[in-house]
Amino acid sequence: MTNAASVVIEVQHNRSFGGASEKFLRRRAMQAAIARCILFAAAAASVLVTVGIVYVLVTESASFFSHVSIRDFLTDTQWTPVFENARFGVMTLVSATLTVAGIALAFAVPAGMALAIYLSEYARPGIRETVKPFLELLEGVPTVVYGFFAVLFVTPLLQIFLPELSGFNLLAPGLVMGIMILPYTASVSEDAMRAVPMGLREAGYALGYSRFRVAAQVVIPAALSGITAAFILGMSRAVGETMVVAVAAGQNPNFGFDPMEGAATITAYIVQMAMGDLPHGSIAYQSVFGAGIVLFVITLIFNVLGFYMRRRFREVY
Amino acid sequence: MQTLNAMHSKKPDKIPMKNINETVYVTSGADAAAAASNTLRADVKSLSFWYGENRALSSVSMPVWDRKITALIGPSGCGKSTLLRSFNRMHDLYPGNRYDGEIRLYPEDRNLIEMDPGLVRLRVGMVFQKPNPFPKSIFENVAAGLRVRGIHRRAVLDERVEKSLKDAALWNEVKDRMHDSAYSLSGGQQQRLCIARALAPQPDLLLLDEPTSALDPIATAKIEDLLTGLRQSVTVIIVTHNMQQAARISDLTGYMHMGELIEYGDTGELFTNPREKRTSDYITGRFG
Ligand SMILES: Nc1ncnc2c1ncn2[C@@H]1O[C@H](COP(=O)(O)OP(=O)(O)OP(=O)(O)O)[C@@H](O)[C@H]1O
Ligand SMILES: [Mg+2]
Repeated sequence: MTNAASVVIEVQHNRSFGGASEKFLRRRAMQAAIARCILFAAAAASVLVTVGIVYVLVTESASFFSHVSIRDFLTDTQWTPVFENARFGVMTLVSATLTVAGIALAFAVPAGMALAIYLSEYARPGIRETVKPFLELLEGVPTVVYGFFAVLFVTPLLQIFLPELSGFNLLAPGLVMGIMILPYTASVSEDAMRAVPMGLREAGYALGYSRFRVAAQVVIPAALSGITAAFILGMSRAVGETMVVAVAAGQNPNFGFDPMEGAATITAYIVQMAMGDLPHGSIAYQSVFGAGIVLFVITLIFNVLGFYMRRRFREVY
Repeated sequence: MQTLNAMHSKKPDKIPMKNINETVYVTSGADAAAAASNTLRADVKSLSFWYGENRALSSVSMPVWDRKITALIGPSGCGKSTLLRSFNRMHDLYPGNRYDGEIRLYPEDRNLIEMDPGLVRLRVGMVFQKPNPFPKSIFENVAAGLRVRGIHRRAVLDERVEKSLKDAALWNEVKDRMHDSAYSLSGGQQQRLCIARALAPQPDLLLLDEPTSALDPIATAKIEDLLTGLRQSVTVIIVTHNMQQAARISDLTGYMHMGELIEYGDTGELFTNPREKRTSDYITGRFG
């Protein structure tokens, strides 16, 4: 009340005294200009940083590719950058990366779907309101914690059932990564399912559908592109995830898709090289950027795909 | 109120006299005998309904005659949809709703309020105000209600889907594109598809909640035609805001007001000779 009143008085005051009013307006214009400059600088800085990263990635890997042919890079099955006879077959790292991400997805898709269906179609609102924030909390757990969880808990546990499992392997980090992306994929899928109009569900029930049939035959098909987007973005996160694999999958570059053995993924290799002190400009140093650009392209593909699916699912109804 | 039926004899109809609560049942006593030949499909008995604390139906009683079209009219918010959605227990999907009273379903004479809602919905079909086809092909939309009833034989599905689409006056428009998405159809076609979907399992009772309110006059006329064509084979209850529509297609009309069924009876009688002032106010207000 008093505030509003004083504003009114100030405005009237400014109006009735021409000079003061102009000063007031000038000050406001100045404030707006400053605010605009600061916001623009912040926005420009973030764009510049991104552009800078891509620039470094491209130039450094360009000099890498002047030493290693792209053909060898993509077809060789050895990755031995610090050996005397260095070989740079990036598929060695890609195979491990995709194996871990595939295991993560094989766990996260069914578990995430079950959770999302439960939350969206079965749970009472009270339960949903409790579980959803809990899921978001899980998303905030530092990934290094998941890494040690994989190597100190999940691997020994799996070794009880699979005695031939190596201490470093792809299975445990894959499963743990599945657990890690589960909250994200489940909660985004649940959002997509809840966006399905109630009228569509009612049509199913009116036809005599059970709750499960409504979920399976009506809600999931209607939310499918949103659900797919959730899992593609989850996959992209799994591909880019570093700590879990660096800790639990070992650092041996092995070509192959055997989940029982350890193998270095792209991210594990990058973090390993970044922690060692490689001479600047050496080919091993540059190979980090070669691997980095492959990682960049893979996650970019997944993100674009996920973005496209998300847009499509908005257009369905 | 009970004496009203004696005053009107100019248009005999086949509706038997019945009077419970406040509802005025427009009847023609002269034809009580003919009435006996009518069979009941359902009978609403002192049905009240609450959305939480909010009472939306007050002791509604109303017979539903077999293979007749019954229209429900009344101002917005009077409870038409609430009454209609009680017939297939749609309210059970949401927490906090409560029924009191009975809807007896014939011929087995059971109170559907106490039956399993899934079982009720296998017998009572519904078409909604907004077309809501499933994200499936045209064929699968119509076949959906058959599949859930355990019908999977291709020949049977093909035949029933075709018949339902013909009944819904949509067959000629879609017969060459049965496997296209249902969303490729226009709004009016989608609504007829929803009618075909509801007809395919041959429901005992078909509920329609303002099925033409989102459609243009041509699509509306098509749906009215198909409903009048169905009146010999299906029992229909339709909610409509369009009184000409109620007058054109229905055999019986109920006028609702603030959760009560004010007047119920033969459509011609109700529109030309309403017994209740509230009914005539509503009708004349609309007709100008
Ligand atoms: N989900 C709900 N929760 C609470 N109250 C509701 C709900 N749905 C309807 N109502 C109330 O119940 C009363 C009857 O609503 P109903 O939808 O049956 O009206 P209607 O006659 O179909 O109206 P319209 O012609 O506008 O569709 C209204 O007062 C409405 O506000
Ligand atoms: Mg309504």
